[in-house]
Amino acid sequence: MMSEEKSCNRREFIKSGIRLSLALAVGSVGGVVVTRGSSEKWVWQIDPFKCTQCGRCASSCVMTPSAVKCVHAYDLCGYCDLCGGYFKPDAVELKTGAENQLCPTAAIQRNFIEEPYFEYVINEDLCIGCAKCVKGCTSFGNGSLHLQIRHDRCVNCNECAIARNCPSDAVTRVPASDPYKIKGDF
Amino acid sequence: MILIIRMKKWMKIMLVSIPVFFTGLLSAQQRFPKPEFETGYVQPSPTIPGPRGMEMEYLDVFVLFLVLSVASWLVIKSRSRRGILWLSIFSLLYFGFYRSGCVCSVGAVQNVALTLFNPGYAIPFSVLLFFLLPLIFALFFGRTFCAAACPLGAIQDLLVVKPISAPRWANKLLGFIPYLYLGIAVLYASTATDFFICRYDPFVGIFRMDAPFQMIVLGVSFLIIGLFFARPYCRVLCPYGVLLNWMSRFSKWHISITPAECVQCKLCSSSCPFDAIEKPTKKGVEIDSAKNLKRFIVYALLLPLLIVGGGFIGAKSHIFLSKAHPDVYLAELLIARPELKEDPGNLDVQTFYSSGKPLRQLVEEATQIRQKFYAGGMVLGGFIGLVLGMFLLNQVIFRKRMDYEPDKGNCFSCGRCMDYCPVGRKMIK
Repeated sequence: MMSEEKSCNRREFIKSGIRLSLALAVGSVGGVVVTRGSSEKWVWQIDPFKCTQCGRCASSCVMTPSAVKCVHAYDLCGYCDLCGGYFKPDAVELKTGAENQLCPTAAIQRNFIEEPYFEYVINEDLCIGCAKCVKGCTSFGNGSLHLQIRHDRCVNCNECAIARNCPSDAVTRVPASDPYKIKGDF
Repeated sequence: MILIIRMKKWMKIMLVSIPVFFTGLLSAQQRFPKPEFETGYVQPSPTIPGPRGMEMEYLDVFVLFLVLSVASWLVIKSRSRRGILWLSIFSLLYFGFYRSGCVCSVGAVQNVALTLFNPGYAIPFSVLLFFLLPLIFALFFGRTFCAAACPLGAIQDLLVVKPISAPRWANKLLGFIPYLYLGIAVLYASTATDFFICRYDPFVGIFRMDAPFQMIVLGVSFLIIGLFFARPYCRVLCPYGVLLNWMSRFSKWHISITPAECVQCKLCSSSCPFDAIEKPTKKGVEIDSAKNLKRFIVYALLLPLLIVGGGFIGAKSHIFLSKAHPDVYLAELLIARPELKEDPGNLDVQTFYSSGKPLRQLVEEATQIRQKFYAGGMVLGGFIGLVLGMFLLNQVIFRKRMDYEPDKGNCFSCGRCMDYCPVGRKMIK
């Protein structure tokens, strides 16, 4: 009886020793990581100046449609009648007919302001982030249309599926206090 | 006014006739200056919907802490399977469907690994707490995280319909995979290659109700397998389960099948869908201690050999392992197939060449990454060798068990067995 109690005690003792060392191990890993941690949240952001408009944002995102949308920096827009982002290069006429539009989902709305200027507004519900208009605008126009990750839709994956597929490394983690890089803001 | 219109017409001709030529001038800005409007047009400004606030992330941590506390109380004190079930449904709804399965403790392993080896990445404190809290709780109360807080576990636990008991050797063999999975996930996270666990999370697509087709197929097949082989992801893959297993094995308190004295009725023996109940050691069967001691010594001598051998194999396979890194992959591709430079269809190659970065620089970076994989692969191999050696050693260590007890490492603390114990029922009456 006595020996059984003793062996029981010994086992308990070894167990608490291992428990303590495990606690220390977890604590030290936690301690090291805490010193390198940040009290800020991090989110994903597209750098529009690195973006090469490859179109992968539309298909790589875990969300359907993609959390990436086209954003219009009106400050940079030339309000052209012939908009490189709105019309196909071989557009028959400069009218809003679907056959003339570059956008596959007709997400860009063209509003007449005054002769010869037109305003272009992105309908985010329709935009799929394919970057066709961005390519057109950047190639032929001022580059006021550009892609951004919209944080009302982004689920902030641990590793962004678009960042992994982006050929130009344009998608990176940034502090959540400054989540957007809108062209013309800086 | 006329001048402007004329200019626009001229531009029209220019733009239509020279479509691709201007792509080189990407950086040029304000080719067409913003007009000054006469009709009083007010220019809208782009909307910037903000991300979810940090205080909400801390709310998630608080909810996790609360769930873990309640789960531990339900498991240890109140012994209520029903309570655990409802709590796990809450976790499934909150961490699974409401939070879309992200942030989760299983994935947080990678953030910790990335932080430890990459000074450029700073882990948010909320994610660190998601990694630490379940481990600390497991050290005191067992794997109560698996019982009620993990959404991945909860979705599988609800679909345990007709669990089939797997043979002991099969369970042991399958139990190896999580170690390998953990090792590879940590290696890839610490080299900033890939977040493997998140990428192949089978259930996150179900939580988001949105995923690529093959991921939905994977998730649903896990659930279908789970009808018969209970909680397959937890038992065969979950890398975080490895850490919880270590903690839980030495936990201060742990779920017990019976609240008082076991009467050896065997009613609970088949109650565990996860084969995590250990039977009492047979009486009258004498163990040949001399033979066992010999085997113990052989295995103990084998252990360092296994570690060194594993390290050697791991280091040897670093070239293969490093292929998962996008930079290494691209550098290898460009060296092996230089003709791809002329292939306009290969987006990665074309983007690389148009970026103006010299190939030599890419190769240099890839070589450095591969060096990291050499060390990482060695550690991974050594770790696998150690696990193998410890497994062998465990085969010759016998402990006397008088009663039916949960295997503290593998038990998810789900509490099903408690309802089978007649001692417990009597006490409730």
